[in-house]
Amino acid sequence: MADVITLTYDISPDDFTRAGEASSDVKSKLKQMGVPPEAIRKVSIALYEGEINMVIHAEGGRITVEISPQRIYMVLADKGPGIPDIEKAMQAGWSTAPDEVRSLGFGAGMGLPNMKKYSDEMNIETEIGVGTTVTMSVNIA
Amino acid sequence: MTVKDAMDLLGADVLVGEEHLDREVRSACGSDMMSDVLAFSKDHSILLTGLCNPQVIRTAEMLDIVCIIFVRGKRPDDTVLQMAKERDLVVLATRHRMFSSCGMLYEAGLNGGAA
Repeated sequence: MADVITLTYDISPDDFTRAGEASSDVKSKLKQMGVPPEAIRKVSIALYEGEINMVIHAEGGRITVEISPQRIYMVLADKGPGIPDIEKAMQAGWSTAPDEVRSLGFGAGMGLPNMKKYSDEMNIETEIGVGTTVTMSVNIA
Repeated sequence: MTVKDAMDLLGADVLVGEEHLDREVRSACGSDMMSDVLAFSKDHSILLTGLCNPQVIRTAEMLDIVCIIFVRGKRPDDTVLQMAKERDLVVLATRHRMFSSCGMLYEAGLNGGAA
């Protein structure tokens, strides 16, 4: 299992202006590595939504991205409030984001559904008051 | 059509990316909700929006959109424009509202992309 590259990013809380910097960096690194555009597109969208979620809901956290020749594996871990009802959170259009976030163009209730749509595999582990860890992987065809 | 054609149709000003006006554009999407743009946009070359924050630029970046058109006379601040410049985007601003802007571009042959 050689050639696995790991990237780590600390996501700062409440800094909406910087939200997306990690995803942006991952995208440019994947481009440099010559990863196929379709895989880059899926990773970019899924990761960006996840990163926005961490800023909006979870006071930041940590993103780890492992790039191997077969797939891109992403772990988004936060110490936020947890998700009380995952089934609801997965419904397109369902959102708990405050109006303030909506005025910024997010909180349409598409975050988690988008992450699922653009990743080949997604898993959510969450505990109320402890935090949430979302793992996603995108296969490189 | 090219970005320049879209610019002329909307009587828009170019704020960033004057050197890229000859870029070819085929489809567009219009929304103030970036989550929806991320959910439904596929191979769009133009994003029309009335939202003026850095996340508009990031959304365009993630989707490989080549041109952002700010509608309703909105103009983002210099930080946002600088971000667009660093990403080689074209940024236009028009006084027309969202519905009219989309209509003019659609009528001229831009499509809304695959449903």
